Amino acid sequence: MEAFTFYLFSFLIIVAALAVVTMRNIFHCALFLILCLFSVAGIYVLLHAEFLAAVQVLIYVGAVSILIIFAIMLTSRLAGRDVPMTNEQTFLGGFMSLVLLFTLVYALKETIFRVTAQAPAPQTTLRIGQMLLTDYVLPFELVSVLLLATLIGAIIISRQEGN
Amino acid sequence: MMELAPIFTWIHDLLLSLGLGPTWTDLISQIGLAVLVFSLLCIVALFLVWWERKISAHIQQRYGPMMTGWHGVFQTIMDALKLIQKEDIVPAVADRQVFFWAPVIVFTCAFAAYIVIPFGKGLIVSDLNIGILYIIAITTFTIIGLLMAGWGSNNKYALLGGMRSAAQAVSYEVPLVLSIMGVVMVTGSMSMNDIVAAQSGWAGFRWNVIFQPLGFVIYVIAATAEANRTPFDLPEAEQELVAGFNIEYSGMKFAMFFLAEFVNMFTVSAIATTVFLGGWNGPFLPSWIWFLGKTLAMVFLFMLFRWTFPRLRVDQLMEFAWKVLLPLAFVNIIYVGVMSLWLKW
Repeated sequence: MEAFTFYLFSFLIIVAALAVVTMRNIFHCALFLILCLFSVAGIYVLLHAEFLAAVQVLIYVGAVSILIIFAIMLTSRLAGRDVPMTNEQTFLGGFMSLVLLFTLVYALKETIFRVTAQAPAPQTTLRIGQMLLTDYVLPFELVSVLLLATLIGAIIISRQEGN
Repeated sequence: MMELAPIFTWIHDLLLSLGLGPTWTDLISQIGLAVLVFSLLCIVALFLVWWERKISAHIQQRYGPMMTGWHGVFQTIMDALKLIQKEDIVPAVADRQVFFWAPVIVFTCAFAAYIVIPFGKGLIVSDLNIGILYIIAITTFTIIGLLMAGWGSNNKYALLGGMRSAAQAVSYEVPLVLSIMGVVMVTGSMSMNDIVAAQSGWAGFRWNVIFQPLGFVIYVIAATAEANRTPFDLPEAEQELVAGFNIEYSGMKFAMFFLAEFVNMFTVSAIATTVFLGGWNGPFLPSWIWFLGKTLAMVFLFMLFRWTFPRLRVDQLMEFAWKVLLPLAFVNIIYVGVMSLWLKW
């Protein structure tokens, strides 16, 4: 059952990801991106990382994707029209993709993944919260400050129009 | 008048004793549960549509539906039957696939939330340890569905309605989540069963609404906006947008949007009951009656809002979310944090 679920979600991820880059209608691309990100959340659930899965859906589906869809809807030049998929930099882009592919395959082949026979912890959310505020408190606070700075920056940029 | 959980255990044991393996028993009972919850929610949605029509009528000194059945109780069943028979019209310039999938997504997500809602003592489909976060995550798909409906219809009113609803839902989700966080901080768990268990005893004086009245008020306001109901029903403001995102939909697909809307209202009421009003805790009566009673009382409150308050303007709506509700939600979190350190809640 677990293997079946894994292959189902993997299949969904691959098909959706391919659709994102091959579809002509950019709105459909955005919808397939949502399907892809949602399937990744499914894989997280399979790995007993429920909190991560919920946050993945909340952030990527609930915020990032909606922002992308908004941008598409507000850009009348893109709306409802087939966009060209290639431009003069096709060759360069393809080359870079191949380099990335080989790097990833190499990295995956060379890494030794640590495997354990232990049962997964039942309360992962509690552990994540404790870790964030003890061992990883510095990165946690740094990210918070960075996000706050971004927020203030966005407000300043959008306010200048009004004045 | 009795608890329902033993009945489910009895059926489960009966299936096991019939000689089916544990895998098949689990599969059959899960499918059975899914069908049961689905039919229950359909009945609830049909009832709520009728109830809303009756309440609005009585507020406006009318009778409302009176013809079919006692005081028109069967009116919505007849309406649903009529909608199913209607022709399914797809606009010529619509994006057919997106147009088709939008109501499916909205409808599915409206029902998916009920996996973690405790209907009574032991009556929960699956007690996930991320409980409340799961509901919040799964309901964000509703926004995607509305955006798809607005886009797929290829109609300017539908598009505006869809975009308004998405902007509104994204804005009000922040205070909504933060108001629930206060309760999660006190309980120390996101599991719905734990949240209910933490509120039992003391003859109802351990309900979270008593400790966090501000959090409850923020939740009710944000939930009204999430469910797209007056005074926050701009996505379907009739005078401005004709009908909003569902303007091009007819027949069965329209019925799906309509039912999903009422199921969503029941969902936010059920969450309010579970998180703030002590869930199924209560004396004398069985737990599921307490749960239903509290939830329907919340629904009644939302309906009163709808028929007695005027609608907000778009700019007021956004200002209210970001400049009033969000700071208040932070105040609530600080208050809960200080109190739990000081008084050891």
